[in-house]
Amino acid sequence: MAGAAGSKNRRTASIAAGVVALMVGLSFAAVPAYRAFCQITGFDGTTQRAEKAADRVLERKITVRFDATVNEGLDWTFKPEQVDQVLHVGETGLAFFSARNLTDRAVTGRATFNVQPAKAGIYFKKIECFCFTEQTLKPGETASMPVTYFVDPEIASDPNLDDVQTITLAYTFFPWDDGGGAAVKGVE
Amino acid sequence: MAHDHSHAGHDHAHGHSHDHSHDHTPKGLARWLFSTNHKDIGTLYLIFAICAGIFGGALSGLMRAELAEPGIQILTAFVASGSEAEAENFYNVLITYHGLIMIFFMVMPALIGGFGNWFVPIMIGAPDMAFPRMNNISFWLYVAAGILATMSMFAPGYGQYLGFAGGWVLYPPLSSNTGHPGPAMDLLILSIHLAGASSILGAINFITTIFNMRAPGMTLHKMPLFAWSVLVTAFLLVLSLPVLAGAITMLLTDRNFNTAFFNPAEGGDPLLFQHLFWFFGHPEVYILILPGFGVISHIVSTFSKKPIFGYLGMAYAMVAIGFVGFIVWAHHMYTVGLTVNMKAYFVAATMVIAVPTGIKIFSWIATMWGGSIEFRTPMIWAIGFIFLFTLGGVTGVVLANAGIDHYMHDTYYVVAHFHYTMSLGAVWSIFAAWYYWFPKMTGKMYREWLGNLHFVFMFVGVNLVFFPQHFLGLQGMPRRYIDYPEAYAHWNMVSSIGYAVTLVGMIVFAICMFDAFFVYRKKAASNPWGEGATTLEWTLPSPPPFHQFNELPRFDKGGAHAFH
Repeated sequence: MAGAAGSKNRRTASIAAGVVALMVGLSFAAVPAYRAFCQITGFDGTTQRAEKAADRVLERKITVRFDATVNEGLDWTFKPEQVDQVLHVGETGLAFFSARNLTDRAVTGRATFNVQPAKAGIYFKKIECFCFTEQTLKPGETASMPVTYFVDPEIASDPNLDDVQTITLAYTFFPWDDGGGAAVKGVE
Repeated sequence: MAHDHSHAGHDHAHGHSHDHSHDHTPKGLARWLFSTNHKDIGTLYLIFAICAGIFGGALSGLMRAELAEPGIQILTAFVASGSEAEAENFYNVLITYHGLIMIFFMVMPALIGGFGNWFVPIMIGAPDMAFPRMNNISFWLYVAAGILATMSMFAPGYGQYLGFAGGWVLYPPLSSNTGHPGPAMDLLILSIHLAGASSILGAINFITTIFNMRAPGMTLHKMPLFAWSVLVTAFLLVLSLPVLAGAITMLLTDRNFNTAFFNPAEGGDPLLFQHLFWFFGHPEVYILILPGFGVISHIVSTFSKKPIFGYLGMAYAMVAIGFVGFIVWAHHMYTVGLTVNMKAYFVAATMVIAVPTGIKIFSWIATMWGGSIEFRTPMIWAIGFIFLFTLGGVTGVVLANAGIDHYMHDTYYVVAHFHYTMSLGAVWSIFAAWYYWFPKMTGKMYREWLGNLHFVFMFVGVNLVFFPQHFLGLQGMPRRYIDYPEAYAHWNMVSSIGYAVTLVGMIVFAICMFDAFFVYRKKAASNPWGEGATTLEWTLPSPPPFHQFNELPRFDKGGAHAFH
C-alpha cells in the first residue's frame, strides 16, 4: 500500500483499536463503579452503614421483618430469633439471629444482606452487624448474632416511600474460606 | 466463474502477466484459504452463513416438533439416557444454540461479512478493503469460533448432560460453576471471544475503508445508504463488542481462576453481568438490523425507479438509532428490581427509538409513493420486510412499557416480538439482498417465479409460526420450557405447522438456487434491474472482475457519476 494512504489507514485503524481497548477497560471499570454506585445510592436494596443512631424519631411506624437463608455449601442452621419488630422511624432496633454449626469442625461463614422493597435500601441503616465481618463457629456451637439498625427519618421526605409500611431484612450465610478464595464452587 | 480480463480491452494470452498484477487471479485452494479479495471473502462469509442458517434452522425444527403437542415426546429420542430430565435440558440447549448461532453465525456474517464485504468497497468506488489480510483473518476466526461453538454443544455442561442450557444471554449463576461446571460453557465463552475479535477486526476494517477509501468526490453525504448502514454498524460493533468480551472474560475467570465478579457470596453481583451483557446486547440487535435497513433502501429505490426519499434523514436516522441504542439497555431487565424512576427513564428512552425508525419506514413508503414500481423478486421481499419489521416494531413499543413488561417478561409475546424484528426482519432483508445481488455476484439470473414462490411459502410459514405466539404470550405462556399445559396446545400446533410451511419455502429456495446455477443458467447483464439501479456495482460486469476500479470512478467535477 502506498505510503500516504497506508499511514492514513493505519491511523484510522489505530484510533478504532484504541476505542476497543477503552471499551474493554470501561467494562472492567464498571465493577468498582457499580459497587460504589450501589453503596452510595442504595440501589437495588443495598443497605447503608451508619456510624451513630438517628438524631430524631418520628411518629410513623414501620414493621421490619427478618429473613435468614443458608447457602447449601454451608452446613449451618440460621434463623431469626424474632419474626418482626415494629418501631418508629428513627428509633434504633436490636435484632438477633441464631446460627448453629452442624459439623464437627470449625467453619467460617459470611452473611450477605439485602432489603425488600429495594427502594428502601438507602434508608435502612445498620450501626453494628454480624455481617460486617466473617463469623467462625466451633464444632456444634450455637451463636446469637446481633444487628443494630434504624430506619432513616429522611424516609419521610421521599414520596416514593410513602407506601412502605414493611421492610424485610434478609441475610444469606455463605461459606468463607480463609484464603479469600471462592468457597462456593459448583455444587457437587 | 470467469473473472478474467473481460473488462480489459486488450486480451492477453492466458499467461502470467505479472506486470499487470491486477490481472492475477489465484486458483483453487490458495484462492479461498489465503484470500485477500473482498469479493471472495464475502462469498466465504455467505457460504458460512448459509451453513449456520441451515444448522440453526434445524435446531428450531426440533424445538417446534417437540412443542407441537403438550408432553415430552420427541427429544427423549435425542438424548443419551432417554430420560425426560435430560430431554428438558436438551431443549434448553437447543434454544441456547439456536439463538447464538442465528445471531453470531448467520445474520452477522451474512449481512456484514457477506454483503458488506462484497458491496461496500464497490459502492464507494474502492478497489478493495483497507486491510485485505485482516479481512482474511476475520473470516477464519469466525470459522474457528463456529467450530468451538459446535464442540461446546457436545461437551458436558451440567453433570453428564451435554451443552450449555442457560439461554443465549449467558446469565450467571446458570453460566457460572454453580449452573454449568462442565467445559461446555468454557468452550462457548472462547467461541464468543473469537467471534467477537473477528467482528471487531472486521468493523475496524470497514471504518477505515469507508473513511479513507471513498472515490474522489464521494463525500459522506453522497455515499450510498448501504455503506452508511455498515459504517454505523461498524461503530456499534467497536463500542459494544468489547463490553461483551469484558463480561464473558469475567465469567471465564469466575469459573476458572477464583475471581468473584458475579458471585454474591464473595461480594460480587450477578446483576452486573446482566447490565454488561445488555449494554452489548441492545446495540447488537441494531447491529443485526441496520445493514438490512441499508439493503432495503437500495431495493425500494431501485424498483420504484426513484432516488430514496429523504436521503440525509435516512442516513442520520441510522446514526440516531445507533446512538439511542446504547442508552436503553435496561429495558431488557425491568423485572430485576430497578427503581420506578429508573424504569421511567428506560421506558421513555426506548420509545424515542420509534422516532428514527418511523422516519425510515415512512421514507421507504414515500420512496414508493408515485414511483414506477416493478414487483421483481427483491422488491417483494423488501416490501415484506417493511410490513413484518413494522409489526415487530409495534409490539416492541408495547413491550417498552415497564408496567406491561412485568406481565409479558419472558413470555412468548417477547419471543414473537423479537422474531418479527429479527427472524422476519433481518432474515427478510438477507433474502431481499440475496435476490437483489445474486445476478451481480454470480453473473446468473434466477427464475422470478421460483423466487416469488419462495417468498409466498416463507411469508405464510413464518407468520403462522410467530403470529400465534403473541396469543400464547398474552395468555401467559413462558418461554424456555419444553412442555406446557393443555390450554396452550392449539396455537402451539398452528405454530409448528407454520414451521413445516417455512421448511417447504426453504426447499423452494434450494430448488431456485440449484436451478439458477445448473439448469436455467441465464447470464445476467451488468445491470439487470434497469434505470433505478444507480449505485456503482451496476456499472461493473456481472460478476465483477477479480479486481475492480483500476481507474477510480470520480464524483467530483468532471466525474460522470451522481446518485442523488
